[in-house]
Amino acid sequence: MNTSNGQSHPEYRHLLGIEGMTATEITALLDLGDRYLQHYRDDAQIPKVLKDRTQINLFFEDSTRTRTSFELAGKRLGLNVINMSVASSSIKKGETLIDTAMTLNAMRPSALVVRHNASGAAALLSQKVSCSVINAGDGSHEHPTQALLDALTIRRRKGRIEGLRVAICGDILHSRVARSNIHLLNTMGSRVRLVAPPTLMPPFIENLGVDVHHDMREGIKDVDIVMMLRLQKERMQGAFVPSTREYFRYYGLDADKLAHAKPDALIMHPGPMNRGVEIDTVIADDIDRSAIQEQVEAGVAIRMACLDALCTGSLENTA
Amino acid sequence: MNAQARTAYINARLIDPVAQTVSDGALLTVGDKIWAVGPDAFDASDKDGTTIVDCQGKCLAPGFIDMQVFLGESLETTSRAAAAGGVTTIVIQPDTSPMLDQVSIVDYISRQAIDAPINAHPMAAATKSLEGQEMTEIGRLQEAGAVAFTDGRKAIQHPQVMRRLLTYATAYDALIVQHAEEPDLAEHGVMNEGEVSTRLGLPGIPAEAEVIMIERDMHLVAMTGARYHAALVTTAKGVAAIRKAKQQGLNVTCGTAPAYFALNELAVEDYRTFARLSPPLRTEEDRRAVVEGLADGTIDVVVSAHDPHTEDEKRLPFSLAEPGVVGLETLLPMGMELVNGGHLTLPQFVASLTSTPASLLGLPGGRLEKGAPADLVIFDPTIAHRIDASSFASGAKNSCFDARPAEGRVLQTIVGGTEIYRAESWQS
Repeated sequence: MNTSNGQSHPEYRHLLGIEGMTATEITALLDLGDRYLQHYRDDAQIPKVLKDRTQINLFFEDSTRTRTSFELAGKRLGLNVINMSVASSSIKKGETLIDTAMTLNAMRPSALVVRHNASGAAALLSQKVSCSVINAGDGSHEHPTQALLDALTIRRRKGRIEGLRVAICGDILHSRVARSNIHLLNTMGSRVRLVAPPTLMPPFIENLGVDVHHDMREGIKDVDIVMMLRLQKERMQGAFVPSTREYFRYYGLDADKLAHAKPDALIMHPGPMNRGVEIDTVIADDIDRSAIQEQVEAGVAIRMACLDALCTGSLENTA
Repeated sequence: MNAQARTAYINARLIDPVAQTVSDGALLTVGDKIWAVGPDAFDASDKDGTTIVDCQGKCLAPGFIDMQVFLGESLETTSRAAAAGGVTTIVIQPDTSPMLDQVSIVDYISRQAIDAPINAHPMAAATKSLEGQEMTEIGRLQEAGAVAFTDGRKAIQHPQVMRRLLTYATAYDALIVQHAEEPDLAEHGVMNEGEVSTRLGLPGIPAEAEVIMIERDMHLVAMTGARYHAALVTTAKGVAAIRKAKQQGLNVTCGTAPAYFALNELAVEDYRTFARLSPPLRTEEDRRAVVEGLADGTIDVVVSAHDPHTEDEKRLPFSLAEPGVVGLETLLPMGMELVNGGHLTLPQFVASLTSTPASLLGLPGGRLEKGAPADLVIFDPTIAHRIDASSFASGAKNSCFDARPAEGRVLQTIVGGTEIYRAESWQS
C-alpha cells in the first residue's frame, strides 16, 4: 500500500491511493478479490478472518453504493461495521475531520473507511490514527477501491489487463475515479486514452502518460474497454459544458459512437449513471456489452480483499 | 532614552544599500540618530561615555523595512518576531479587525505604534471595507499616517474603480499597492494550476491570473501616471510584464516574498498546508524568473508577507486550510540563500529590504548616513544552521521553511539607538 507521498509504507497500513502502488501489490489484491468473488458466487462459506474486529465507515459525503459495498464487505469478513455519516453542513468546520477521527480512533477500530469532499482528507486523517485507513474517495484526488474493482472486472472478462486499450470518457477534471484508474491501468500495462470536452480535461494530464482526445469517435476507436464517468454537477463551479443536451450529443455513449470501439468492447460505469446524459439507456442495460452490474459485484469482493490485506497485514508477504 | 547617549559600533562590515558598497569601519549613533559612518566614524581616544559594541567583523546594515505584514497576532508579539528577524519597521496590512479603512482607525494604529518597540506604519485600505467599490479618503488617511493604499489580500478587480483610484492618488502622490491576481480566474483555486494540481486533484490558479491583472493595471498606470506597486510577483510572465513596463518608463515597482524565490509548487506535495500561499507557489521556471527579476532589479523589494495562522487553521484538508506563512524571522536566511548562491550581491539584497522600501513609502530609515534613524541590524551572513520554527518569537509557527538548512542569522537589532533584540549566542 502507499502513503500519500507515493512511497511504500513499511507496514502496508493504509490504502490512500493507487499512485505509488506496484503491479505486484495490485495483482495480489486482485487475486485475493478474485478468490472472494468466486467464494460467494459458489455460495461457499467465507472464513470470518476478521471476526470481532471493528470497521467504521466515516462518510463526510453522501454515498449509498460505496458505503453499502464497504459495509457488506466488512460483514462478510466478520467485522462489526459501524456507519457514521457526518452532515455536509458541518464539513466546513475543519476540526470535525481530525477531532472525529481521533475520537473514533480511541475506540480502537481496525479499519476506518473515509470519504470526504476535500482532496487529501484521507491522507491527513491517516496521520492522526493508529488503525488502517481506506480512502473511499477524497475530493477529486483518488478512489482506489473503485480502480481495483474495475481492474478485477476487466481481468475476469478479458482475462488480462496488460496490453488492453482503455478509453476513459467524460468528466475527467472532477473525477477521482479517473485518476485512480489512470494510475492503475498504466501500472498494469494498459494503454489509456481520455475523452472529454476540453473544459473537463485537467491541465497537463498528458504528463501522466495518457492520450488525450476531444472527439469521442476517434477516442474510442478500437478500444477494448469504454469507461464512462458521471458528469459531476455537484463539483462544478460554473458551467463547464453549455447543456446536457449538447454534452450527450458529442460525449454521450450511444450505439453510433460505440460502433467505433472493438465489437466486443466492454462498457463500464462507476455509477450512479445519468441516463441520457453520458450514457444511452439501451446501452447501459445491454447485458452482453455492459459490465456495470459486475462492477458492483466485484466491488464487494475487492473491498473484502483490501480489508483483509490491511487488517491482517497479509499483503506484506506478497510484495 | 537619553538623547545624548552615544553608541559606537566598531569592527563592522558596513553594508550601504544606497552606495551599494561593503566596507570595514564603524558607526556612531547619538540618541536615536546615526551620527557618523565610515572608517573614521569613531575616535577610540575619545570614548568617554560611549557604549562600545564590537561587531567582530560581522555585517552592520540599516534595520529591515518589511512592506507586507499581516497583523494576525498582537502588535507586541509581531514586534518581537520582527526584532528577531532584524526588522525594525513593519507595514501593517489593512485587513485587521477593525479594518484600516477609516481615519480614526488608522490614526489609532499610528498612535499605538508609537509605543511599540519597533516602527509600525499602517497601509490603509484602498477601497471602503476592502470591497473594491468606493475609494477611501486617501488624503486624510495619508495625513493620519497611512504610507500606501491597498486592499491587502484582495485584488482591486473593477477596472473603473482602479482607474479612479490611480487618478485620484496622483493628487497626493499616494502609492497604490495591488494584489495582482485576477479574482475570477483565481476563484476556488488553492494552488498553482499544472501537473501537480492535476495529480493531487486540487483546483488550480493559472499563472495567467497574475499577468492579466498586471497588464491591465499597466494600461491604467500609463493612462493616469500614478505610482503603482504590485505587492507580490510570483510568475515568469508577471516578472516579464513588470520588466516591460519599467522599460516603457512607467511608475511601477513590485515586490516578492522568500517563498516565491526559494520554493516551487512541489512544496505542496503531500497536501502540505504550510506551503499553501496566496498567490500560490509556482513552477520551478517561475521561481527562477523571480530570482532573475530580483537580480536585474525588475523586482524592487522583498517582503516577508508574514501571515500568522494557528495550527487549527492549518491542520486541515488542503483546500480548507488558510493560506499564508509566518516570515519575519526567516527573511535574512532566505535572502542569504540568494546572496551566498551568487544570484544577488549583499548590498543588492539589503537594499530590497531597506533603502528601496523606504523611498517607496517615504520613510526616513533604510540608510546608513548621518541623520538617519539609528535603526540597525547586526548579522552573520554565513553561519550555518537549521530553521527551527519552534524557536520563533512569533506565536504562530506556520513556516514553510521549518527544518530547512540555512545560512545567515540576525545577531542584534537596534531601533532608535536602543537594542531590542540580541541572539543568545552573540556577545559583543
